[in-house]
Amino acid sequence: MADVPYDSALIERRADETIESPMRRALRRLRRRKGAVVGLIVIALFVVVAVFAPLIAPYDPAAQSWTAVRKAPSAAHWLGTDDVGRDVLARVIFGARASLLAGVISVVIAVSVGVPLGLISGYVGGWVDALLSRITDAMLAVPFLILAIALAAFLGPSLTNAMIAIGVTTTPIFIRLTRGQVMAVKVEDYVEAARAIGNPRWRIALFHILPNILPALLVQGTLSIAAAIIAEAALSFLGLGQQPPAPSWGSMLNSAQRFLTTASWMAIWPGLAIFLTVLSFNLVGDGLRDALDPKER
Amino acid sequence: MLTFLAKRLLQLIPTLFFVSVLIFSLQQLLPGDPALIMAGEDRDPAVIEQIRKQYRLDQPIPVQYVYWVKGVLSGDLGESMRNKQKVLDLVLQKLPVTMQLASMAIVIALTIGVGAGIISAVYKDTPLDYAANVFALWGLSTPNFWLGIMLIFLFSVQLGWLPPSGYVPLTEDWRQSLATTIMPAFVLGNAIAAVLMRHTRSAMLQAMNSDYVRTARAKGLLERSVILKHAMRNALTPVITLGALEFGTLLSGAVLTEQIFTIPGFGKLIIDAVFNRDYAVVQGVVLITATTYISLNLLADVLYVLVNPRLRA
Repeated sequence: MADVPYDSALIERRADETIESPMRRALRRLRRRKGAVVGLIVIALFVVVAVFAPLIAPYDPAAQSWTAVRKAPSAAHWLGTDDVGRDVLARVIFGARASLLAGVISVVIAVSVGVPLGLISGYVGGWVDALLSRITDAMLAVPFLILAIALAAFLGPSLTNAMIAIGVTTTPIFIRLTRGQVMAVKVEDYVEAARAIGNPRWRIALFHILPNILPALLVQGTLSIAAAIIAEAALSFLGLGQQPPAPSWGSMLNSAQRFLTTASWMAIWPGLAIFLTVLSFNLVGDGLRDALDPKER
Repeated sequence: MLTFLAKRLLQLIPTLFFVSVLIFSLQQLLPGDPALIMAGEDRDPAVIEQIRKQYRLDQPIPVQYVYWVKGVLSGDLGESMRNKQKVLDLVLQKLPVTMQLASMAIVIALTIGVGAGIISAVYKDTPLDYAANVFALWGLSTPNFWLGIMLIFLFSVQLGWLPPSGYVPLTEDWRQSLATTIMPAFVLGNAIAAVLMRHTRSAMLQAMNSDYVRTARAKGLLERSVILKHAMRNALTPVITLGALEFGTLLSGAVLTEQIFTIPGFGKLIIDAVFNRDYAVVQGVVLITATTYISLNLLADVLYVLVNPRLRA
């Protein structure tokens, strides 16, 4: 055979340029979205604040002081104090724990129940799918927060039960999403190929289908955390979540409502904290959706 | 069309069945003996026994379920343990209040959401588009109870323009009625406006890239008439039907909004019931909500097929 001009350095460089793992590509595209980057930074800040709350908070979040009731923001209390003299800043800092925990754990519950059920529903099909789909329809027929309130009410008010209630209420979204994604992916050639070489069904579902639907789950997961944080704040606001005296942004807003005329700072900061956290998760979710969209190479 | 309708109606049966099972099983979650809880302070064994008989708590759970569904199907949703009123009557009594709030919220959401969506699509990639997108993100991320509190702070406490809470029926004094409901309606409409804005924007962008809009432009029509007559009409149909699905958001929002503005509607009913441990009312309200939502969904589907000739085959 005639000599083919061969420059190994050139070819290697080309391979380097063109073959980019999907993960890398997504990260590169995510970095280009300023909103998502800002969102990630804010989330990271809140996580740091939540983890190191005892070190950062200037006061004990539960310490009451009858000499410092509803004091306006000052050098001693940067964000003021509440109706029983507790430091608002310390409570906002500690409140990040309840909110982030509730957001993440309820979505973890929803994912770990919803994704397997969705996989089964979409991959097995038949009567299992029909049954699961009708149950999903039934759960989605009850408005999200109303179902969460009803569940939390029947389970009894506590942060754990609020997380369970929000998790259960979020589950059908993941069943439906996973099912739809599986249905779309399972007719692809690579799944057919995996089946042709004799892989068992569970192996195909876990190693061939699941990795390919992860992007969609990641986007929904991020947006669901945002929704779960709002839901936890709403339940706590109604008295069905974190119980006093433990601090949570929702319950802080609840007590703040009664002192709007005299202590408006009580209402501003916890609300702003919820808003910023939820906004950040929404920004990251939107950014991820664009970055992972195969149509937008 | 008829087969489509029949199919959709048949699908409703299992869904409604599971909704009823879901709502019925809520009471199984209650820790402890429901008869004891219903008896409240009264620990007299005879009373508890009587409650057990009356609510058939001594029967197996499937039997209880059958009795409960029988009641529901004949319009008997049980009675409030607190004031012995029929749950259905309670709901019907509160419904007009929430309906007024919801209608106002929808008008606000459609005006802001669809308006902002069209503007941002027409002026894509301009500051107007960015502003509309920022608005949508803001609307999606603001907890509506916080927005409500902030509005009360601004318009009632600071400016003194609007009453912070309470409700006056439309029939009594329409000015006062509007004054008491405009803030909660805005809070409710705000979140939905954000969703509608995103739908409208993407539908409009799609329509403006379509062949018929290109044809309309090629004919030399004014840009305004291309947008208003050709793009908008086609883009808005799916948006309106999608809007129907926001009903759930509306009701969820009403729960919090009515609580904040002390408006005696549907949402306040469920919260009061939760705190009074009036479980029959909670179940009844959830059941009615779900049924309404399912019916609206069906209506949206039918509307969608009706306005979209391509699906009518």
